[in-house]
Amino acid sequence: MQPLMQRNDIFEGLRDGTPIALGYFAVAFSLGIIAKGAGLTAAMGFVSSFFTRASAGEYGVYTLIAVSAIYVEIIAMCLVTNLRYMLMSAALSQKIAPGTSWLHRILMACCITDEIFGISIAHRGYTPPAYTYSAALISTLFWASGCSAGIVAGGMLPASIVSALSVALYGMFLAIIMPPSRRDSNVLLAVVVSFVLSGLCAVAPLVCEWSGGTRTIVLTILISAIVAWLKPVDLDEDGDA
Amino acid sequence: MKMETRDIIICIALAIVTTNLIRVLPMVLIKGRIRHRYVRSFLYYVPYITLAVMTFPSIVQTTMSPLSGLVAFVVGVVAAWRGLGLFPVAAICCAIVYVMDFLLTLL
Repeated sequence: MQPLMQRNDIFEGLRDGTPIALGYFAVAFSLGIIAKGAGLTAAMGFVSSFFTRASAGEYGVYTLIAVSAIYVEIIAMCLVTNLRYMLMSAALSQKIAPGTSWLHRILMACCITDEIFGISIAHRGYTPPAYTYSAALISTLFWASGCSAGIVAGGMLPASIVSALSVALYGMFLAIIMPPSRRDSNVLLAVVVSFVLSGLCAVAPLVCEWSGGTRTIVLTILISAIVAWLKPVDLDEDGDA
Repeated sequence: MKMETRDIIICIALAIVTTNLIRVLPMVLIKGRIRHRYVRSFLYYVPYITLAVMTFPSIVQTTMSPLSGLVAFVVGVVAAWRGLGLFPVAAICCAIVYVMDFLLTLL
């Protein structure tokens, strides 16, 4: 078993975390504009974003603060918008080498965001904690700074720039899911079905009322359950498919 | 009616605790490797499906014009399929939206 902290793991984490960090800054900037409307100062935005690291969750919380919601609503909002992190945590638990200490497991779990999870799960073999930590650290610093910058300078960027920056995250998602789709036709099937059903749910009667967070939760559980049933995978002992 | 600073801080603290508990609980509760084939298959597909669901149709809904988001989506899929990394794909998508939004305003 290799040592926990290896220099190349840290390097790889920083390398893969940098594009995520840039995308985070842009998204957090627009989040900061909403946070400002809710009454957060730049310092509050930084602390909140640094420790929460949840785009949809934070968005939900700030909109609730803006309308002076009660505490229970804040907790409910966090549960719903971040439920997918439970699934990701369960999945990531399978990518951590046996014998890794509980402290590392807990810290790695705290690092989970959509993107950090995405690159951690895509790491070959067991995911080294140092890889996840370094990617999470650099991206979180940019995320928190972006939110503060948005609070301070919100509204100063032209709408065309904000519009263009807003797709950075989605581009990254695509870069994470397409290469495995090319290697594994079952993943490709799952991804295509996800695109189609998600698109339908956004326009279909009744379900179009769902928030993006709800849609993500319901469709992820539903599609994963069906695809896992139709196309079960044989995983080897290292956890690689 | 705006919230008092103290209330905002309590809300932020609640959000931090709740969000991180959600992340940590499964990791702490699941001991060792999951042997169950169906559960392993389910967890194998979850990340790809989550990211796919979050990408589409949101990418089309966040841009100034849905058309530019749609083009960015298609080109992003092709670029990622061809093996371009996280940053190049993201940059290409941003550039397309910027240029498309600009061109559409000329029409």
